Amino acid sequence: MSVRVENLAVDLGTFHLQNINLTLKEGDFFALMGPTGAGKSVLLEALVGLVPLISGEIFIDERKITNLAPEKRGISIVYQDYALFPHLTVLDNIRYGLRFNPFKRGEVAVDELISLLELGHLLKRYPATLSGGEQQRVALARALAVSPDILLLDEPLSALDPNFRQDLRAHLKTLHQASGATFLMVTHDFSEALSLAQRAAVMNQGVLEQVGAIEEIFCRPTTTMVADFVGMKNLFKVKFSGSTAQAAGLEIKVGKESRAQGYIAIRPEDLILSKEPLISSVQNSFAGSVVAIRSHGFFYEIDVAVNSLIFTAVITNHAFFDLEPTVGDGFFVSFKATAVHLL
Amino acid sequence: MRKESFLWFALGSSFIVLLFITVPLLRMVSAPTLSSLWETIRDPEVYRSIWLSLYTGISAALICFVFGTPLAYLLARSEFHGKKIVEAIVDLPIVIPHPVVGIALLGLVGKNFWLGRVMQELGVRIVGSPAGIIMVMTFVGLPFYLQAAKEGFASVSPRLEHVSRSLGASMFATFVGVTFPLAWRSILSGIIMCCARAISEFGAIVIIAYHPMIAPVLMFERFQSFGLRYSQPVAVWLIVVCLLLFLSLRLVGGGAQKVRSGRRAGSRV
Repeated sequence: MSVRVENLAVDLGTFHLQNINLTLKEGDFFALMGPTGAGKSVLLEALVGLVPLISGEIFIDERKITNLAPEKRGISIVYQDYALFPHLTVLDNIRYGLRFNPFKRGEVAVDELISLLELGHLLKRYPATLSGGEQQRVALARALAVSPDILLLDEPLSALDPNFRQDLRAHLKTLHQASGATFLMVTHDFSEALSLAQRAAVMNQGVLEQVGAIEEIFCRPTTTMVADFVGMKNLFKVKFSGSTAQAAGLEIKVGKESRAQGYIAIRPEDLILSKEPLISSVQNSFAGSVVAIRSHGFFYEIDVAVNSLIFTAVITNHAFFDLEPTVGDGFFVSFKATAVHLL
Repeated sequence: MRKESFLWFALGSSFIVLLFITVPLLRMVSAPTLSSLWETIRDPEVYRSIWLSLYTGISAALICFVFGTPLAYLLARSEFHGKKIVEAIVDLPIVIPHPVVGIALLGLVGKNFWLGRVMQELGVRIVGSPAGIIMVMTFVGLPFYLQAAKEGFASVSPRLEHVSRSLGASMFATFVGVTFPLAWRSILSGIIMCCARAISEFGAIVIIAYHPMIAPVLMFERFQSFGLRYSQPVAVWLIVVCLLLFLSLRLVGGGAQKVRSGRRAGSRV
């Protein structure tokens, strides 16, 4: 189902939200990003109906739910710390919501979730005896067992060990496709957002700085805060074949093999600009032309267009005066295969 | 290696404190002979008074449980103007001298006040009756129950309640299904504390109800009329019965929880 938030404002003293306008499309996987203390979790709790609103309206499929009790909204929430009921077994945790949601598919949904999330061997255990990854899978199963229209995820992966994180990320993707629910995930990890979400918003100090498609936020930040937050420039959508990535007619060596499609990112300081091509077996070197030059005091940012890709390089003042680039000049952009981050 | 002198001081004073508590009790428990204990418990006046102490104390604890639980929950969960005042009011029964409590309650239910007269008209006897004893015990026991229950509720993460609500449970269903079971150990402790406090009350009860005699009043009377040797066995019996009661409550109420989770209920944030 779609969600629409209009002019929402919350004041909790330490946390406040202002002028929040947001639309989630049906079946969306939406990432809500921002630094710690930005108010992301408060927005989730406002959607569930757990914090009082000063103003604003919330709609689900054009049905106003602003004044509805949390239990009547059809919105499930999964917390970072899992919040499993410690006095109930895994199975009782998962089935918890069923008695309040007497729909026919309940038991079937539970069985499906248990096999999808590989929880079959844990059903009789108590949460205190589970690993972090297992607990988070139980929390997901519990939230989805009631077939919610919308699932809110509050940093679902950040408390997990890196290897569990990969695993759960894959599970999230499967669950999103299988459940058909609209997912809203809070995260501060960009690669997480990129690999899961289609659309995203960046929040800062209780205000939404930018809302849009995830690549757009990455490539075209509209405020300096978003640009800083996003950090990594040179993000390209690519097709992989073997250990090369293809984009805009370029064959970029990435050093390792990857799945069929995805993103690559290169830090601006890892790009080398030169007037002559650099010849080396591990390096990528492409001819392009300078399209923009920005001075930042101690360093310069140079945008170089190669076919339809814009590479942004950072060079020192010293290098700048050696190269003396001007807009329109031809330059080679070079970088090592190991400097390419696969997302 | 030389130990810190402060450590020796701490150990020494701890020892003194423990002795100060245990020695008088041990002395009293060991004073009566077995035959005098046996004789005492066969005395109808004694076992009637112990039974009266027990059932009025348990009734008071149950009343505190029924009426105090919602207040304890509110105090643990919500912030409101005047919360500090409410908390201070709740603690009043602890700080007020016991005879003052008796006098205050007597002023309410005695013949000199309309409430007392109305109740007398209706045939409800408070003064000099078990009902009066239960009323006093509830008054003095409430703070102990409220404090323990409040702490129990506060230790349950609000996130567990939030999740429960988002899964479709109403506020009441959440309380019954999540909050209460997780706070149960503290609640049980509160019931036991409240009950113990109620059974130990003397000063307020002698004012409202000298008769029927609860065990402490009987001890006092035997001490006054016959001396120490005649009140000690009653005291021993009261201690034994109370310890058995509280022990069995702990076993019955706490055993099931222990199996389920090793650590403290859901307080992770």
